[in-house]
Amino acid sequence: MDDRLDELGQAILRALPGAVTGYTVAVGELTVTAVAAEIVAVTTRLRDDPAFRFVTFVDVTAVDWPQRAQRFDVVYHLMSPYKNWRVRIKTETDEATPVPSIISVFPGADWFEREVFDLYGVVFAGHPDLRRILTDYGFEGHPLRKDFPLTGFLEVRWDDEQKRVVYEKVQLGQEFRNFDFLSPWEGTDYVLPGDEKAKAG
Amino acid sequence: MAETSVRSFTINFGPQHPSAHGVLRLLLDLDGEIVERADPHVGLLHRGTEKLIEYKTYMQAIPYFDRLDYSSPMSQEHVFCLAIEKLLGVTVPRRGQLLRVLFLELTRIKNHILNITTGALDIGALTPPLWGFEFREQIMGFYERASGARMHANYFRPGGVHQDVTPKLLDDIEAFCDPCLAMIEDLDALLTGNRIFKQRMVDIGIMTLDECWGWGYSGPLVRAAGAAWDLRRAQPYECYDEMEFDIPVGKHGDCYDRYLVRMEEMRQSIRIMRQCLVKLRQPDGQGPVLAEDNKVTPPRRGEMKRSMEALIHHFKLYTEGFHVPPGEVYAAAETPKGELGVYLVSDGTNKPYKCKIRATGFAHLSSIDYISKGHMLADMTAIIGSLDLVFGEVDR
Repeated sequence: MDDRLDELGQAILRALPGAVTGYTVAVGELTVTAVAAEIVAVTTRLRDDPAFRFVTFVDVTAVDWPQRAQRFDVVYHLMSPYKNWRVRIKTETDEATPVPSIISVFPGADWFEREVFDLYGVVFAGHPDLRRILTDYGFEGHPLRKDFPLTGFLEVRWDDEQKRVVYEKVQLGQEFRNFDFLSPWEGTDYVLPGDEKAKAG
Repeated sequence: MAETSVRSFTINFGPQHPSAHGVLRLLLDLDGEIVERADPHVGLLHRGTEKLIEYKTYMQAIPYFDRLDYSSPMSQEHVFCLAIEKLLGVTVPRRGQLLRVLFLELTRIKNHILNITTGALDIGALTPPLWGFEFREQIMGFYERASGARMHANYFRPGGVHQDVTPKLLDDIEAFCDPCLAMIEDLDALLTGNRIFKQRMVDIGIMTLDECWGWGYSGPLVRAAGAAWDLRRAQPYECYDEMEFDIPVGKHGDCYDRYLVRMEEMRQSIRIMRQCLVKLRQPDGQGPVLAEDNKVTPPRRGEMKRSMEALIHHFKLYTEGFHVPPGEVYAAAETPKGELGVYLVSDGTNKPYKCKIRATGFAHLSSIDYISKGHMLADMTAIIGSLDLVFGEVDR
C-alpha cells in the first residue's frame, strides 16, 4: 500500500512542478504540500487527469500553529472512488493572505470554506458568499484559533425585565483549569528550572 | 382563463419546523409554489465540539461523538477510535472487532428506521413510525445492556470495546433478527408500492453521480445514484472483509431510490449481524474485547485488586490519559449516513491538537439550494428527509 502511495506521490510531483512542493507518506496516507496560490490548478489537475481521478470532494479544514509566521495550514482531502485512494493537500497561509477558493472545481467546497473562514478567519478569494456559518449572528472572533479562549467572551441569557435575550461578558465562578500533563518521568525533553546548573557543572 | 399575477414570497422554514428534523432555518424564495432559492442557516445547535475536544484527553473526548449524530451514536465513536488506533498502532482483538461490527450494524438499522419512518411521516404516512419505533426501542435496549446507556453509549474505546457482553444478550439479538426482518417487510408493504408515496418520492431531488462526487456526497446517496461504493467493502476496517453482504445500488439518484437503498441496507445489516453472532460463538471468537496494552487501555477491575502495576496504570489512564505520538491522520468509516471522517492532528501530548469532524450531513445539506431549485415547496420535506440530516452532526 505504501509503495503504491509513494508512486502516486512521485507522479503528482512530476505532473505539477512548481505548484506541488513535496510529499510524505505516513500511517498509510499520502500528504502533498502545495503552494496556496496554485491550489485551483492542483485540484483541477488531480480531478481531471485520468491517472489520478480524484473526483470526490471530502473536506477542507485548517490547523492553527500560532508560533509560525504562516500560522495556518489549510488542509484539503480528496478521494478517488475509481482508483480507491485518498490524498491530503496541505498549503500554508497567514491571517491576511487569501487562499483561492476551489468552488469552481468542487461545488461542495462552498460550505467547508465558509466554515474555515468562520472558525479560523482564513479568507478565500473568489468565494461568492463568504458569510459566517456555524457561529451566532453577529459573532466576533474566530473560535478555533488557539488564542481564542475555550470559554469565549460573551454569554447569553434571557432577561425577564427587558423581555429579550441579552449578551453579557462571561463570568466564571471558578478559573478554567488546564493541567500540565507533560510528565518529567516519561523522558520528555522540556527543561525544569535549575536543570541548566546540573549541565553546567 | 385570465392571467393572474403571482407574487413571489420569501418564507422561513423552521427553525422549529417538525419536518426539518431539528433546528434548520431555511429561507426559501418562492415563485408561487416553486422554490427559486434555498438559503439554509445552520449553526443553531453549534456547541463548539471541536474546540472542546482540544481541551479534553482522548478518552474524555469520546462521549462528544455520541452527541454528534444522536441517531447513530456508536458509529461516530467508532471513527474517532479508528483515528486514535491508527496513530497509536493498536490492533483490536478479534472478539472486540466482532462486537464492534455487530453493534455498528445494529446502529445502522436504528438510524435507517428513524430516517425512513419519519421521512414517510413528513410526507403524510403516519403508520411507519408507530411500527418502526418499537424496534428502535429494542435496539436501544441492547445498547443499554452492553454499555449501560440507551442512547449515548460511550461503548467503543481505543483498542476495542469497553466490556464483553453476556451470552444472553447475543441470544436476544439473534431472536431480534427475524421479527425485525418481518417489520422491514411490513414497511415495504406499506410504502414501496404505495401510490401516494411514489408520487411524492419518484423523480424528486435527482442528483447524477458526477454531481454527487463533486458535492461531497457519500453513503446511500451515492449508491442511489448508481455507484457500488461502500467503504466497508472498498477500504475495509475491523473484520468487514470476511463478512458477506451485498451493496444495493439505485439507478436514478432520486428520493425514492435513496429510500429503496436504505431498506435493502437494513436487510443486509441483519445478514452481517447473523454472521457476527455465529463467529462470536466459535472458539476463535472468544478472548479479550480490549487490547491488552495497559499503556492505552485500562486493566480489568479484578486485576487491579491484586496487581500494584495495574492500579498505577488505571490511575494514570483516568487522570492523565495516554499520550499519542505526533502526526496526523484521516480516518473514515461507512456510517449509516455516509462517510464520516475524523482528521486528527496530534502533537504528542494527551490531548488532540486538532480534531476536525467531517460531518456527512454538512456536505449533504450544503447542496440543498442546488438540489431543490425548481421543485415545489411540498417537495422540500421529501428532499430534506432523503438527505438524512441530523443537526447535532451538521452544526457540531
